[in-house]
Amino acid sequence: MLEKFTVHAGRALPLRRSNVDTDQIIPAEYLKRVTRTGFEDGLFAAWRKDPEFVLNQPQYDGATVLVAGPDFGTGSSREHAVWALMDHGFRVVLSARFGDIFRGNSGKAGLLAAQVEPDVVETLWELIETAPETEIVIDLERREVRAADLRAPFQIDDYTRWRLLEGLDDIGITLGHEAEIASFEAARPAWRPTTA
Amino acid sequence: MGRTLAEKVWDEHVVRSAEGEPDLLYIDLHLVHEVTSPQAFDGLRLSGRRVRRPDLTLATEDHNVPTVDLDKPIADPVSRTQVETLRRNCAEFGVRVHSLGDVEQGIVHVVGPQLGLTQPGATVVCGDSHTSTHGAFGALAFGIGTSEVEHVLATQTLPQARPKTMAVTVDGELPPGVTAKDLVLTLIATVGTGGGQGHIVEYRGEAIRSLSMESRMTICNMSIEWGAKAGLIAPDQTTFDYLRGRPHAPQGADWDTAVELWRSLVTDDDAVFDKEVVLDASAMTPFVTWGTNPGQGAPLGAQVPSPEDFEDGGDRVAAEKALTYMGLEAGTPIRDIAIDTVFVGSCTNGRIEDLRAAAEIIKGRKVAESTRMLVVPGSVRVRLQAQEEGLDVIFKEAGAEWRGAGCSMCLGMNPDQLTPGERSASTSNRNFEGRQGKGGRTHLVSPLVAAATAVAGHLTSPADLPTRDDRS
Repeated sequence: MLEKFTVHAGRALPLRRSNVDTDQIIPAEYLKRVTRTGFEDGLFAAWRKDPEFVLNQPQYDGATVLVAGPDFGTGSSREHAVWALMDHGFRVVLSARFGDIFRGNSGKAGLLAAQVEPDVVETLWELIETAPETEIVIDLERREVRAADLRAPFQIDDYTRWRLLEGLDDIGITLGHEAEIASFEAARPAWRPTTA
Repeated sequence: MGRTLAEKVWDEHVVRSAEGEPDLLYIDLHLVHEVTSPQAFDGLRLSGRRVRRPDLTLATEDHNVPTVDLDKPIADPVSRTQVETLRRNCAEFGVRVHSLGDVEQGIVHVVGPQLGLTQPGATVVCGDSHTSTHGAFGALAFGIGTSEVEHVLATQTLPQARPKTMAVTVDGELPPGVTAKDLVLTLIATVGTGGGQGHIVEYRGEAIRSLSMESRMTICNMSIEWGAKAGLIAPDQTTFDYLRGRPHAPQGADWDTAVELWRSLVTDDDAVFDKEVVLDASAMTPFVTWGTNPGQGAPLGAQVPSPEDFEDGGDRVAAEKALTYMGLEAGTPIRDIAIDTVFVGSCTNGRIEDLRAAAEIIKGRKVAESTRMLVVPGSVRVRLQAQEEGLDVIFKEAGAEWRGAGCSMCLGMNPDQLTPGERSASTSNRNFEGRQGKGGRTHLVSPLVAAATAVAGHLTSPADLPTRDDRS
């Protein structure tokens, strides 16, 4: 079971970069762990060496919402990218466009990847750069972002939204369809290859 | 209305479909490697679940494995633990694994096709974004995350929202010396890294039809680099000829049944794609990247662009950051960029045809003194085949390093890495910051450009090299 996600309120971190691939979110050298937690040390590891990097700026300590440029989470399928963000404390990423696999992984692991219009990202960047303490509200029930005067919709597919709201584990859901899987299997052509 | 190839394969695998839910798709082949699977197996253990179909699952060790000292234990203890964890998990759950030292070991996307496990019309998944490679056979193949790996292990299915469809039609004929890699790099520079997002892409047209299976794999492999969910090519005689006789290909009467079905796996004439991109192969030239994402590329004959060349503000900032990271000045002829390391390998260009192409150029020549060249076969089988053809000798005589099979310097999870500031010409798929080692700078190239570059010491194509007869 995932933790249920309904409304989240927290401070936000502006990441003024486009095409943030998952190699940047967590470099390969941090993927060697066989555990499911402890990936926060790898988060943006290369960029974090720069003291000016936004994640190192104290006014954004404790931010739980990441506001990023378009094409966030492209590249490698590593779910470790989602784990690293969550282990660091992020619950939501806002971007105008996500890599498909990253978005899928987020939905499975309980991170909300909310797609907003590019101008919403711009507005939020300006807002949180001027006033880092601004509280951003992400309302999954209404699919809405609210901050200061801003009130904007975000996109997320119905099924992922429902699973996050309910905190459901989708393996459990699928195993509920066991009979359908078994009957599909029984009808598969016998010549399909096996690894046996 | 007719259906596209992707829709036909999709429909064939729907276990369950309900209003407001994603389709539940059956998975014909689940490939597994050491990096993205340990937490998935742990999840099974925690919930007391088994692997539903170990007989549709295959594991191999590729990302972490060393390519030298193959007879010794893996030196890096963390890598060793991850590889040993895979072996333990496979033993516990009954999954076939090809470990280091096994003749079938290699990069998961090279191993599946060469065993004949990747077949037209199948669904193939793996916890690796380059699973799109298998689309070259007309399979629906895509990368998944670790939660989904666990889902497939437990259920052999995956809930998936139906993506849109796109056609990439490449007309004309590729000029000599221009390869599938140049084609796909040109495509990505044209459409951008997000251009395929949310779509399954079908590559079609004369230029695609005339490609070999291995070149088709190169194209499909890089589908993810422009954001596509999957990329596929309709199976044809080239596909059937490649598959026939492979260990897991259907045999006897089954072969005829299979081929009959496979021939129906084409997009109907009246099918409609949600989007179409058209390119002309005959206008293409050797193509390389100058930046830090695969869309930041240009013809080899061009100059490094200036950030001002980009209209979009985001692209301009991205170009600026990329040039700084890459240590490049706008206006520099790309051919003048000096290269420290040439890497030939990866699931993009680590198959036998790629090694043959590179060897053909390097034969009778020497790797430049300022440059090192690593040749890393995609699998042990590729390595053995190359050795049988004497390619290893050609590479070694030229001064290149002939290595064991694995992902190697494509992502630097093993010791094959660039050092900070070191610049590579690489036949792999990603030029992201630090991808091949912290601070490393990557230019993506074809195997032909890689080999010529190794000789010249700067980015170049075979056509630029002095002919061997002229060499004194």
